[in-house]
Amino acid sequence: MNGLVEILGLTKAYDEHHVAVSNISLTLPRGKIIGLLGPNGSGKTTLIKMLNGLLMPTAGSIRIGGKPVGVETKAHVSYLPDRTYLSGNKKVKQILDYFADFYKDFSRERAVGMLQSLGIEPDARMNTLSKGTKEKVQLILVMSRQADLYVLDEPIAGVDPAARDYILRTILNNYNPNSSVLISTHLIGDIEQVLDEVIFMRYGHLVLYTSVDNVREKHGKSVDAYFREVFAC
Amino acid sequence: MAWVFDDGRPIYAQLVEQLQLKIVSGVYPPGEKLPSVRELAAEAAVNPNTMQKAFAELEKSGLVITQGTNGRVVTQDGERIQDNRQALARQQGKAYFSGMERLGYARGRAMEFLQDMAGEVRE
Repeated sequence: MNGLVEILGLTKAYDEHHVAVSNISLTLPRGKIIGLLGPNGSGKTTLIKMLNGLLMPTAGSIRIGGKPVGVETKAHVSYLPDRTYLSGNKKVKQILDYFADFYKDFSRERAVGMLQSLGIEPDARMNTLSKGTKEKVQLILVMSRQADLYVLDEPIAGVDPAARDYILRTILNNYNPNSSVLISTHLIGDIEQVLDEVIFMRYGHLVLYTSVDNVREKHGKSVDAYFREVFAC
Repeated sequence: MAWVFDDGRPIYAQLVEQLQLKIVSGVYPPGEKLPSVRELAAEAAVNPNTMQKAFAELEKSGLVITQGTNGRVVTQDGERIQDNRQALARQQGKAYFSGMERLGYARGRAMEFLQDMAGEVRE
């Protein structure tokens, strides 16, 4: 079977001096939880935006489920951006309506169930929720879709450890052998045991793509420790 | 997140050890049906593929048996469980002696030390 995501010679240059992603080729399989790791400015978010069709590559191509990124692939990619995009004065349940309207693969039942288990009121307005709760609501929305690929940009930054555990458990509970989850983060230690594979990026280049247990076996240290070594300043 | 992992070794290998321990210590008695991969992965907060790999390892060693669609059970073969217990005990022994060696205790002295300690612990 072909990979879920096929990236070939992908490059994004904002201008000739600012190459954010440089000639990356990569095939991601189905059924994996994959960490996208790299220091600030390594090109993670630029890559993610190209996967979602929010930025056009300067060169190279991306195929998801065999199709070039576009309207069709967007219906099968569930994306959690690194900043909020939900309108503050909307109620949680109104946002559920939006998602149900927008995405055929959205399960309101699943979302309502998860909101309930966290004690989040569907009648609450987004701007009355704490930062951590808002992030949980957004993750719940994104994970309530029946997508092929989930792309989570920094889902655990800026939330407390209990919320982080909840987020990781939500990702694990929604695991499905036909879809993959790509999680970008620089907080590796917290999510290492949840990941199958890791992608290391630096200065827009692909440094390494391997399994977590491979790193541990080969280098006798955690991915977190190895990352600090590779990217030591 | 009750399961704890150390840094330097593959997570699946640590899962194998912890599951072995649960079997030889009787947390999962012989013949008992084991929780599903998904359930155990959620409990340990690890990736389901990693848990799957650990189970494959336990099946290879014969400690765990797959019964078709019925899921997995602990072997009823007492001898096999006993062998495993002994293998784990050997690891403990090795770790003790190599730790003592680093502290400058030769084999004999490490043995004596252990005997003295056993007396203390009993009291």
